[in-house]
Amino acid sequence: MALVKVLGMETEYGIIVRGGGEPNPIAASSALINAYVASLARRIEWDFQDESPARDARGFVRESQLAPEVETHLVNAVLTNGARYYVDHAHPEYSGPECSNVWEAILYDKAGEAILARSVEAAAQLLQPGQQISIYKNNSDGKGNSYGAHENYLMDRSVPFARVVQHVIPHFVSRQIYTGAGKVGAEVPGAEGVNFQLTQRADFFEEEVGLETTLKRPLVNTRDEPHCDAQKYRRLHVILGDANLSEVADFLKVGTTALVLAMIEDDWFTRQGRDYTLAAPVRALRQVSYDLSLSQPLPLANGRQMTALEMQWEHLDLARKYAEDEGLAAIGGDEVGKAVLQRWEEVLTGLEADPMSLANKLDWVGKYRMVSGYRERHGLGWRDPKLLAMDLQYHDVRPERSLYSRAGMERLLRPEDIERAMTEPPTTTRAYFRGRCLQRWPQAIAAANWDSLVFDLGHDPLRRVPMMEPLRGTAAHVDQLLARCNTPAELLEQLGA
Amino acid sequence: MAEREQIKKQAPPRQETEEVEEIPAGSKRGEELKAELDDLLDEIDEVLEDNAEEFVKSYVQKGGQ
Repeated sequence: MALVKVLGMETEYGIIVRGGGEPNPIAASSALINAYVASLARRIEWDFQDESPARDARGFVRESQLAPEVETHLVNAVLTNGARYYVDHAHPEYSGPECSNVWEAILYDKAGEAILARSVEAAAQLLQPGQQISIYKNNSDGKGNSYGAHENYLMDRSVPFARVVQHVIPHFVSRQIYTGAGKVGAEVPGAEGVNFQLTQRADFFEEEVGLETTLKRPLVNTRDEPHCDAQKYRRLHVILGDANLSEVADFLKVGTTALVLAMIEDDWFTRQGRDYTLAAPVRALRQVSYDLSLSQPLPLANGRQMTALEMQWEHLDLARKYAEDEGLAAIGGDEVGKAVLQRWEEVLTGLEADPMSLANKLDWVGKYRMVSGYRERHGLGWRDPKLLAMDLQYHDVRPERSLYSRAGMERLLRPEDIERAMTEPPTTTRAYFRGRCLQRWPQAIAAANWDSLVFDLGHDPLRRVPMMEPLRGTAAHVDQLLARCNTPAELLEQLGA
Repeated sequence: MAEREQIKKQAPPRQETEEVEEIPAGSKRGEELKAELDDLLDEIDEVLEDNAEEFVKSYVQKGGQ
């Protein structure tokens, strides 16, 4: 049986300082994150003093409400929602907590956006007059520089990696028709004729399989860093997706991929006699991204050919059969699994009938509708800076500047849930234990990482609590334990750490 | 192979059913959508950065992952 697909999403955000001063992105990213952390500390202190003195607030007050991680020297915070918020490659990066189902994964991805928006507000108070930090949830500056939005999926180590590669690449290539965030133009030589494409990222992939993430990027990344028991698990690090603002696209991106990976673990493609291996996958990635008509056939290694849309229909049919025979436990159960299948069909049906019918569901369609409508109204050429500005501004995390927030997009999440997910951890993974401990005893935590918490009780050596099982440390496991413990010392004693 | 052919044949009927159902509703909705888009484009003019050329030119990022 396939493992439960524990998921997490990490996003590098675009950052720019306008209005004078040194536009140093590393300094700006640090200032942004520090401002957010400081604003939280203030707010929590205020809570403690005025609102809830009876609540167990030991440590809630401390400035170091967010424990540092050990690995880097740059700003690096662990948030009480279990996420990591840090500076990476001159970008602010938000790595969401581990989640055990697709709804949670997109909830914490959207909470990340809200945290970045809140950070912009907090940083505004620290900037010189006239200066402004803008943050974009996109993947390209339009000038050949790209930064990532990665997905992570827990996989069974015993599944041959070659099988994963074989069957996941066709999905990666063809899912672009609904995961794409859209882009005006292209950023590679030879693509000058491309006015608009489905994705931000397709221009930047050159290899099929490899370890790189910043140059010669591969469709399948082989980074083997499971952040959990390496004997049992693998973390598939997916680097070729776009950062989505659309909740429908975000939900489908991780939902269909988690399902396809579960099918691969159960060897479903082989058992059903299917193999969609592409003759030229790297080329196909761009072909799909450049084909707004969704009609271009892609040659398969076995001599057949099919469009990305046909390939997605076949994947959906296979997934339905898989759900009937094997169930949907691997992607969080029937409710979420059926929602994935239903959305998947809805979106493929819309793409087949008329992609524009999905203008309020998919990022690339919503963006295309705005940009092409504006272009026609004003008689502009496709290289007009106004269209490029619209592309960029679609991704601004500030709702008052964002074009996404004006596109009338269908929402799947409630604003109050997103607000809560900014500070509360998911309840069904080890992120719960991490988040709760950070809420209660921040000053006692010397370091937090994906797979451990290190406590400093002020005497004795540092005490490390390993968390090698992503599905242990949930609310069901530790709520009673945490309720029994009044101090971190008691917790460690109970854990035998 | 036989199974693949079968699957491929399943898709068109689904498409036909959807289209038949949606065309009448779709054309009415089409007018609404156009009006919506017009409003949206008006709004974009208000919110779009003043100097688009400078705005786009200044947006240069260091590459990331």
